[in-house]
Amino acid sequence: MARILLEQVRHSYRDNPRPEVDADWALREVDLEWADGGAYALLGPSGCGKTTLLNLISGLLKPTAGRLRFDDRDVTDLEPGERNIAQVFQFPVVYDTMTVFDNLAFPLRNRGVAEGEVKRRVHEIAAMLDLEPTLGKRAAGLTADGKQKISLGRGLVRSDVAAILFDEPLTVIDPHLKWRLRSKLKELHQRVGRTMIYVTHDQTEALTFADQVVVMIEGQVVQAGTPVELFERPRHTFVGYFIGSPGMNLLPCEVDPAGVARYAGVPIETANGGPVAARGTAGKKQLQIGVRPEFVRFAERGVPVTIERVSDAGRYRIVHARHGGQEIKAVVGEGAPVPERDGHVRFEPERTQIYADGWIVEE
Amino acid sequence: MAAKTLNHKAWWLVAPVVVLVAFNAVIPLMAVVNYSVQETFGNNEFFFEGVRWFEQVMQSERFRDALGRQLLFTALVLAIEIPLGVAIALAMPRKGIGVSICLVLMAMPLLIPWNVVGAIWNIFALPDIGLLGRALNGMGFDYNYTRQPFDAWATLVAMDVWHWTSLVVLLAYAGLSAIPDAYYQAARIDGASRWAIFRHIQLPKMKHVLLIAVLLRFMDSFMIYTEVVVLTGGGPGNSTTLLSIDLVKLALGQFDLGPAAAMSLIYFLIILLLSWLFYTVMTKGEEK
Repeated sequence: MARILLEQVRHSYRDNPRPEVDADWALREVDLEWADGGAYALLGPSGCGKTTLLNLISGLLKPTAGRLRFDDRDVTDLEPGERNIAQVFQFPVVYDTMTVFDNLAFPLRNRGVAEGEVKRRVHEIAAMLDLEPTLGKRAAGLTADGKQKISLGRGLVRSDVAAILFDEPLTVIDPHLKWRLRSKLKELHQRVGRTMIYVTHDQTEALTFADQVVVMIEGQVVQAGTPVELFERPRHTFVGYFIGSPGMNLLPCEVDPAGVARYAGVPIETANGGPVAARGTAGKKQLQIGVRPEFVRFAERGVPVTIERVSDAGRYRIVHARHGGQEIKAVVGEGAPVPERDGHVRFEPERTQIYADGWIVEE
Repeated sequence: MAAKTLNHKAWWLVAPVVVLVAFNAVIPLMAVVNYSVQETFGNNEFFFEGVRWFEQVMQSERFRDALGRQLLFTALVLAIEIPLGVAIALAMPRKGIGVSICLVLMAMPLLIPWNVVGAIWNIFALPDIGLLGRALNGMGFDYNYTRQPFDAWATLVAMDVWHWTSLVVLLAYAGLSAIPDAYYQAARIDGASRWAIFRHIQLPKMKHVLLIAVLLRFMDSFMIYTEVVVLTGGGPGNSTTLLSIDLVKLALGQFDLGPAAAMSLIYFLIILLLSWLFYTVMTKGEEK
């Protein structure tokens, strides 16, 4: 059990990375703190560095720069076996020639745990993972989800494990089993109370599993927060459109010296408008208003739009509206009225933000 | 869906293979069977003898000795080449320029014609002018493979190891390369020792290519002829007269066609039987 601390961790797969060239770095600079017992997700598109970050924590990679601490212990130079970390990989790893029991016992036996204790722990974990009936079978004969449970079980059996890391563990699992395994994970997290870090590019997996989601792009962390925070106040436009379906509307805007944003000549009331916006946008190239479709309302006045089409998504409808060349999406409830052809939209001020060069404008 | 047309035209597609196999395997084999049950004195005259030649071969001390030598040779070669090949494959680099260098070095002995291999070792090991022979004698060993049976055997086994270990290395290396990184990573996290990684990851994953390596090396070493003839000619005395050499002496030296035919059939059946045994033992428990 441990709090995990990353201090200015950088990693490059090159031999001589140039510090000032971002492209040389798989992981630019990451400062993160993970509380003991939390459920975290690392979310981002392929190649954003999330697996690199995970492998740095487990010790499969050594960071080019920066330190890693578990509680107050500096583990930067420790081998994976010495770090009390368990990891579940994308493709199930089982020791083919061993039985399920021996697979689960393997990490304990390697550490010289007494056979009686091994037996007790293995049975306890097998019961937790519903693997009891297969204990005597050869691991090679199990289905993909069974094998993935064994990988997970090898992590859980060790009583000293500080954190369990998952690297897209559901990739090879059949869709109908994915849901079951995911809820199993959630249940296990509540039961064993270990820190779990889950890497995925699937926002549903991340948001349903984690209390805290870390969103990454191009080797950097753009936001770490609860699913609600990511939804209501994305710190970066990438978080805005990567999370949520459909993603956030981003409208090019101007900000006047008083800090009032204007889109299409219409002043837009925003959560971060005013002096903060005036200061924060000075000298920035690209200014945008970001508002999620959920917070776009049809009104008498506001930004004039033409309704192009309405798609029904069951309990709500997605309205594709257009202002000039700019598409504005709105999510409206089943009963809510939608103008026939021409109308106006306004944005909920509390949930509308100004972004400068991709980042939210703030103090 | 249209109903399937039922006819047997597809058999014509198999016909070329049937003809080919008939001419290069079945018909020659039948000719041997024909010889093995008859006596001939030339002039195309044949007399039916039944199983007499088979009884004669099975009871002859000469055949049993040759078979014993053959089994010993194959056992030695397998016992050295398989572990050595696996060990070299494990020690080879996994990436970088070293891979190509190692692979080329490993492939080299395999590209040399067999009689040349025999000739190389014949000269290399000569006690008076060969590098190996001179060196051994210079170090105080009384080494002469043309006179002492033990020396002849040692040279023979060394030659085969030099010639064929590469094959095992290449197969084992291919098996190792196919293991995904995640296995090694998981093993590191599980705190597995080097031996445990070999025993529980590398060996099981190499099993299938090793089976092929064992079968190939078994069959080839059991049929070895060229290199031995060039190196020792079966001597000194009969000490390195392996089955194939004895067979050639019997068939072409003494022109005893009947016993030679019977012997080759027995020889063939032994290889078939042992190959089947290896295969069955090594794939046992696979379907579970």
